[in-house]
Amino acid sequence: MSNAAPLLEVRNLRVEFPTRRGTLVALDDVSFSIAPGEVLGVVGESGAGKSMTGAAIIGLLEPPGRIARGEILLNGKRIDNLRYEQMRRIRGKEIGAIFQDPLTTLNPLYTVGQQLTETMTTHLPINPAEARRRAIEWLELVGIPAAAQRIDSYPHEFSGGMRQRVVIALALCAEPRLIVADEPTTALDVSIQAQVIALLKTLAREKGTAMMLVTHDMGVIAETADRVAVMYAGRIAEIGPVREVVKHANHPYSAGLMASIPPLDRRVERLAQIDGAMPRLSAIPRGCAYNPRCPKVFSRCADERPDLMDAGTTRAACWLYASEVPHG
Amino acid sequence: MFAFIVSRILQALPVLLSVALISFAMFAYVGDPVAIMLGQDYTQAQRDALVAELGLDRPFWVQFATFIGNAAQGEFGLSYRLSRPVADLIAERAPATLELAFTAAVLALLVGVPMGVYTGLYRNSWLSRFFLTFSLIGVSLPTFLIGILLILVFAVWLGWLPSFGRGDTVRLGAWTTGFLTVSGLKALVLPAITLGLFQLTLIMRLVRAEMLEVLRADYIKFARARGLPNRAVHFGHALKNTLVPVITIVGLQLGAIIAFAIVTETVFQWPGMGLLFIQSVGAADIPVMSAYLLLISLVFVTINLIVDLLYYAVDPRLRIGRGKGGH
Repeated sequence: MSNAAPLLEVRNLRVEFPTRRGTLVALDDVSFSIAPGEVLGVVGESGAGKSMTGAAIIGLLEPPGRIARGEILLNGKRIDNLRYEQMRRIRGKEIGAIFQDPLTTLNPLYTVGQQLTETMTTHLPINPAEARRRAIEWLELVGIPAAAQRIDSYPHEFSGGMRQRVVIALALCAEPRLIVADEPTTALDVSIQAQVIALLKTLAREKGTAMMLVTHDMGVIAETADRVAVMYAGRIAEIGPVREVVKHANHPYSAGLMASIPPLDRRVERLAQIDGAMPRLSAIPRGCAYNPRCPKVFSRCADERPDLMDAGTTRAACWLYASEVPHG
Repeated sequence: MFAFIVSRILQALPVLLSVALISFAMFAYVGDPVAIMLGQDYTQAQRDALVAELGLDRPFWVQFATFIGNAAQGEFGLSYRLSRPVADLIAERAPATLELAFTAAVLALLVGVPMGVYTGLYRNSWLSRFFLTFSLIGVSLPTFLIGILLILVFAVWLGWLPSFGRGDTVRLGAWTTGFLTVSGLKALVLPAITLGLFQLTLIMRLVRAEMLEVLRADYIKFARARGLPNRAVHFGHALKNTLVPVITIVGLQLGAIIAFAIVTETVFQWPGMGLLFIQSVGAADIPVMSAYLLLISLVFVTINLIVDLLYYAVDPRLRIGRGKGGH
């Protein structure tokens, strides 16, 4: 929604997994963009394709998964068709990544200092001594006490929250312009989650780093993101400014998702829920993938698949917002 | 760190003592040493005198304690077969076996580890398939057959390498080495390949399996996401994490190489401890056999200690709880 030239642009992305029983389509027709410095939240149930989108952007889809169609552009240049070595130079340098579980994302046999300096010397024209000095700075910046001593500690000597801070330092230390954060707080204690999100938000703002924040925690999105994309069964169901999507969702699925957040200011007898479960990739229904669960379903939904269309404040992939004349 | 070593040595003592007990029992109860030493004609008085001289009339535990005391000083008595001190015989033969085992182990590591990394990284390449097929041969063919085949091809048909013996050796104090002469090195090739082939394929398969496991780990994915070069990811982050199980197996196998070089030494008439042992078995030369048994158990215990220390060096997580002094 920003007027600036987008930093990242994803156009009609389709990711397929060829299997023995046929090709599974994990992502289909996913399009969005992120402006410099902007935070895009990506939400949805497990298996909706949120993490897959992140993996496709950093070029680390698990084989045999592959990009079958579409383009990913960084600063207007395609990065989805680069060779491994070219893409490697972009990872860490242009696009940083943060993963879910800080207990497993740090190599247990290297000190945090070694991991930070190797990342910096790989991407930046600096010598090891300078890298070490900056590594201490980064550890201080992410709030690790006594950084100058802790730099020679191994990951197991840190708590989970501290390790995620180290991971954040690792993702940011080569000063990328985009961070893909894949559920960065899911594995942490609730009390630590807020701190880590606040840190991430502050650093992104200070450094002007854009962020794609994948999560299923609506609270985190509401607090952090500028815009939100709601994903369902490998497609974007709705995308728009965070305030609109959270308060006045247009797509029935987003509305259901937002309604399922328990309100804190009043007691409710029963928590709202969406009936049924998201379809498996091998059995995505015809028409709108959400139609078997949708409270507002009508005849067209079972026949034709809706693309994103203007729904006033947001864009939603729902026939409720189709212009008067049905095409086709 | 020091306390750790001491505790490991204390733990090793019961192992050594039990092996010593078995070794001593063999010495004392397999065959009759007095009859063997006296030959066929002797009087009861001569027999009693020898029994008293050897201390065989003393209680079992006293005899065992004496045995341990002597063994600790490297004193194992005379070989029945060669009538020379067992300690001298073993000291003469040990360099040949140790050099052979060392060469075989280095060969197995230097070839096996890179092959394992390669087959782990490029699972589906034709070279990986070839290595895996080849490793099946290495695992399944018996050592003596490999040795004989190598002799047939390289010694008999091609005539490139000697088929037996150790070649010329150079004496360095108490140690004789074949590493310093051309004929010594040439003689080493075939036995080292024969002895190391099984270990090589085992190490290759182990490293491959561990690599496949480690490459799926989150920290490898994260290392890639940080844009580290492949070399650093594969040989730094991945290989280092496969080392703990690899060190365990390599350590045990090194012990096995030294202890069970018997077959290879027999095929190549290699003048080492294994050949000495098999000849002693043939002649019921109990002192040599029991000394060999003790020596091998000592080798295994020592290697295990080294393996434990290597874990400590490789994996920082094992260092916690042992005091911060270890850092």
